Amino acid sequence: MPRAKTGQMITVLVAMIPLLGLVLGLLTGRLGAEPVEAITHETGEWALRLLILTLLITPLRQFFGWNALAPYRRTLGLLCFFYAALHFATFLTFDLSWRIDDLLTEIRERPYITVGFFSFMILCALAITSTRGWIKRLGRSWLRLHRLVYLALVLAVVHFLWLVKVDRLEPLVYAAIASALLAWRLPLLFGRRPLTYATLRRPGEKAQKSA
Amino acid sequence: MLIKKTQSIRENEVTSQEDYLRRRDFLKSSAIAGSMAAVGLPLLSSCMAEQEATAESSPSPVSPLSNVIPAPPQYSIAKSKITPEWEATHYNNFYELGTSKEDPARNAHFLKTKPWSVAIEGEVEKPGQVPLETLLRPHPLEERIYRLRCVEAWSMVIPWIGIPLGQVLKQFNPTSKARYVAFETLYDPKQLPGQKTRALSWPYREGLRIDEAMNPLTLLAVGMYGNTLPGQNGAPIRLVVPWKYGFKSIKSIVKIRLQEDQPMTSWNDENSREYGFYANVNPEVSHPRWSQARERRIGDWTKRPTLPFNGYADEVAGLYAGMDLRRSF
Repeated sequence: MPRAKTGQMITVLVAMIPLLGLVLGLLTGRLGAEPVEAITHETGEWALRLLILTLLITPLRQFFGWNALAPYRRTLGLLCFFYAALHFATFLTFDLSWRIDDLLTEIRERPYITVGFFSFMILCALAITSTRGWIKRLGRSWLRLHRLVYLALVLAVVHFLWLVKVDRLEPLVYAAIASALLAWRLPLLFGRRPLTYATLRRPGEKAQKSA
Repeated sequence: MLIKKTQSIRENEVTSQEDYLRRRDFLKSSAIAGSMAAVGLPLLSSCMAEQEATAESSPSPVSPLSNVIPAPPQYSIAKSKITPEWEATHYNNFYELGTSKEDPARNAHFLKTKPWSVAIEGEVEKPGQVPLETLLRPHPLEERIYRLRCVEAWSMVIPWIGIPLGQVLKQFNPTSKARYVAFETLYDPKQLPGQKTRALSWPYREGLRIDEAMNPLTLLAVGMYGNTLPGQNGAPIRLVVPWKYGFKSIKSIVKIRLQEDQPMTSWNDENSREYGFYANVNPEVSHPRWSQARERRIGDWTKRPTLPFNGYADEVAGLYAGMDLRRSF
């Protein structure tokens, strides 16, 4: 248990590097002529990357049997929420100057804002209910609620795809990764057990290794 | 708290360009930068690569322009509001030199602007292939300090140097059939490497109605900030139409054609739902994907309201009397 705690601490520290990069970039003028755009883009992209890492934990556990990774799911999920919150706060502060009526108009009229906003709302709900207390309180429905994370991922990728002007390559790469992560979960829908590394190995090999 | 801190820092950046450059050297040599690059932090390391690239490739050669008539008050904006030159020359949309904002400054050295000539064609009595010097010689250079509003909802204030387009066109005697003016950018993938990709259909094309072209605000610019144009800003000669979105102000022009029919224009051809032929700055008509009601002036943190016709309504609103500007956007 203490080892996992240390690992989680290190994860958090490493995940702060992009933020540190932004702060340093701001101090040194490296964010260019439009720092707001750079901050919005970087925080949004890191939120998406961390969401993908979060959803990579379970396949890794299932495939390799690396159950020690289990505690990192929540750590990464909360870090994803942290960057998503920075992303949303940047938009709300510098693009909208906290004019809530403008926010509502944007959500209503711009499809990419609509999906991005709903993705963030899901992340908010999941972050709030990520504590032990909420897990106990919600019981079985906690699991059902937290399956919304897949919807949050889809909406986040669509948000990225819809906002780019010409170069779709980058969001398409994320779309491909997200599809793979979702596809991994498909067998579970049909009550099948997920693929594991152990089942891939031949029995002979297995014997050798365990010897 | 974070916001307050960063705001005051940002203002420093805008006011002092020298500090900006010195900080670059500081960071390049500092241990922080080294360790950052070692960690592989994409943002910082890519920025550093870019800085080095611009330092190596000599910046696009510009030379000072003399005998420029200062901007008259109606075509001027307070000097204090002018966008710093570094920002105006390093945050550009010029897809022929790359699709990112930093690409054009980095790739501008590919563009060779001497010699340069412009073909004047179509409904004029005196068509011809005119060397740039010949085209400019009869006219005094004028300074114009204009707002520039990009369709992407950012803006700048830029001191241009040029000649009103109307004066230039008159010299070729347009015929009565000249109802529109069509412009074309140089097509040469060696000099404009972005043309090797299919970001848009090349060459870039733009157009104006003849009355828009003849309006005294419409400028054929050959310089900015007291110098000739750098490559990334459309050297050696470009259009500046301050009441329209920036993409109308076509860069590195090699052909001007007067004609009877409305010309095809590049962004309209690319996506007619999002980019119209007129493209007048209009806070009331949203781009399908974002609002045009507000804009971020480069150097500001928050957005300001966008003005109808980019603040030039008194001069140009009359051109569109009776037109439905929601449909003819």
